[in-house]
Amino acid sequence: MEFKHKDIIALRDLSKEEIELLISTAENMREVNSRDIKKVPTLRGKTIINLFYESSTRTRTSFEIAGKRLSADTVNIAPSNSSATKGETLADTALNLLAMKPDIIVMRHAVSGSHYFLSKKVGCSIINAGDGAHEHPSQGLLDMLTIKDKFGRLDGLKVAMVGDITHSRVARSDIQGLTKMGSSIYLAGPPTMMPPGVEQLGNVTVCSTMKEAIQDADVVIMLRIQQERQGKTLMPNTREYSRYFGLNPENLKLAKPDAVVMHPGPINRGVEMSSYVVDGSQSHVLKQVENGVAVRMAMLYHVCGGGNVE
Amino acid sequence: MNLLIKGGRVIDPSQGIDDTLDVVVENGLVKEIGKGLAAPAGAETIDATGKYVVPGLIDMHVHLRDPGLEYKEDIISGTRAAVAGGFTSVCCMPNTKPAIDNKAIASYIINKAKTDGFCNVFPVGTITQGMHGDRLSEMGELKESGCVAVSDDGKPVKNSELMRRALQYAAGIGIMVISHAEELELVGEGVMNEGFTSTELGLKGIPRVAEDIATAREIMLAEYVGAPIHIAHVSTKGSVRIIREAKARGVKVTCETAPHYFTLTDDAVRGYNTNAKMNPPLRESDDVAAIKAGLKDGTIDCIATDHAPHHLDEKDVEFNEAMNGIVGLETSLPLSLKLVNEGLLTLSQLIEKMSCKPSELLGLGRGTLKAGSVADISVIDPQKQWAVTEATLASKSKNSPWLGETMTGAAACTVVGGKVVFSGR
Repeated sequence: MEFKHKDIIALRDLSKEEIELLISTAENMREVNSRDIKKVPTLRGKTIINLFYESSTRTRTSFEIAGKRLSADTVNIAPSNSSATKGETLADTALNLLAMKPDIIVMRHAVSGSHYFLSKKVGCSIINAGDGAHEHPSQGLLDMLTIKDKFGRLDGLKVAMVGDITHSRVARSDIQGLTKMGSSIYLAGPPTMMPPGVEQLGNVTVCSTMKEAIQDADVVIMLRIQQERQGKTLMPNTREYSRYFGLNPENLKLAKPDAVVMHPGPINRGVEMSSYVVDGSQSHVLKQVENGVAVRMAMLYHVCGGGNVE
Repeated sequence: MNLLIKGGRVIDPSQGIDDTLDVVVENGLVKEIGKGLAAPAGAETIDATGKYVVPGLIDMHVHLRDPGLEYKEDIISGTRAAVAGGFTSVCCMPNTKPAIDNKAIASYIINKAKTDGFCNVFPVGTITQGMHGDRLSEMGELKESGCVAVSDDGKPVKNSELMRRALQYAAGIGIMVISHAEELELVGEGVMNEGFTSTELGLKGIPRVAEDIATAREIMLAEYVGAPIHIAHVSTKGSVRIIREAKARGVKVTCETAPHYFTLTDDAVRGYNTNAKMNPPLRESDDVAAIKAGLKDGTIDCIATDHAPHHLDEKDVEFNEAMNGIVGLETSLPLSLKLVNEGLLTLSQLIEKMSCKPSELLGLGRGTLKAGSVADISVIDPQKQWAVTEATLASKSKNSPWLGETMTGAAACTVVGGKVVFSGR
């Protein structure tokens, strides 16, 4: 099948088949990443701008490496050294960048939906590297690839997701992707961090305790507590939070013995997860990061129209 | 100029009239209503066959942005939009720059409207000086200089003690207090209604209870001091219920809603549509149903537009950055006529909410076609179809969620003080 989208902004906008295509392409891309010379000429002559209005280490680096492995020219722009601090609007920044003829703009932005706004303004491809509390599609895809690596499938799995769902774009992309693939999502977190109507997103159950969510789960996804986004009213402190919603070797036993533990990073050790779990045998945290490069290669490849990978 | 408005369906709730009649206007006043009337000497005849002839519509909640924000709208463009929407009077909110908190600004608006405007403009002064929520404004002088109400619209008065004193003080003067009822701590950084749609779009929500709590507070304060209060732009099921209960208890509370609150839900925000961003935000279908029920049973007294023009640059931005509000003067009439077509309101009830009631609440002495009254008259073509486009909107700003849609119903002729100021799209 052919990938017909110019942009990848949200997994909500993609069909099951399109998600499968991206994941299977990512699986093939991993072969490139295991070579001695990790580079193919697929996107030679293409220019990719990484426009990051929010700080990021792993996502930006991962997109940059992904572009370079496909031989594209990648340029990174961060707001601290760009015109944003001079009061230029997003649209003007984008139009000026567009005048330099990039093929893809990979953007992270604090405002949900800003990629749709940008897409109406510019002709090049837009890839969402995270927008507000909306979506983080590359994270959703790499999570799915990591789960598929373990179980060989993405349907019929019980996926527990614990933490601040309201402020999490990772949660939304994971929910959109995994429910489309046929898995069930069980959410747990303080009610103050549970967005209204979240069950209506698909096969989603809101659990009253963490225990209920992770009981017999195949996958446990722990979300980062983002105190910078939350304000002060959602929980007493991280101590009490971790007491009820932290993953430790004890409560992890409730999940299936071969359950996969994931976290989008960066991890607050001792808050969302104890270090014994982060560094334990069930942790797939670094596997996620590794898969991130392959997934982002697949995304860049498909928005550029596909073609041969040598 | 004298007029004979002939053969229209005259609906005047103030006299209980709904009949095919002629209206004679002489020297700026309504002279006579009756059948088969002759044109006075030198009169222009307006054929109103198949049209409604009603007391001039009154919009008690608009933002004309003049002085200070004329790049969005000014008194000329705003009143041009008003008469194109069938309105003969508008009440303009005080969040101008500077705010309408003194006689000079109020007089400037009234005078500019008289010399250059197309319809009557009645300013609403501020509740607090500079709308800073700190000290009461000079309400006495504001009233003397022509303000018909006070409001810190857009900025709720946070301090309950200050609001209590404002209600008492205003009641002493005899000027209505209009409240923008929102509890700001609950609004927080919200940009749309809190619900499933905000969850899916990942946008920060404004819970409905933010409005409900503030509505309840205003009512309790008004009840305590025995003063009247008017709640602006009611948007939630809870507010409607709270106001209904208060009215039944005899509290002097009145309220208005806007066409978007009985027409749209927060679904309109999908696609991150900044022309569906307003404050209070578009709510959910059960709120729309409650607003309609409130209109029907009389809990909601008036329909006002909250006409809030914004420049393209303030709307063509990321959703969070976009200003709140939409233009409404020109789409209010067709959207409100839908309520009649749906059988929710009679035509007479609709005209009451769009003319008689606002006049009565604010003491404008209009909203009637009684002989001897000022000839503010709207002739409405209920069948007229027209497309809402940037070109068809008379307002300086084009921030309408209905751009590209076809409306049924429009002003065919608008008469202000006996003068024809608009004669159809």
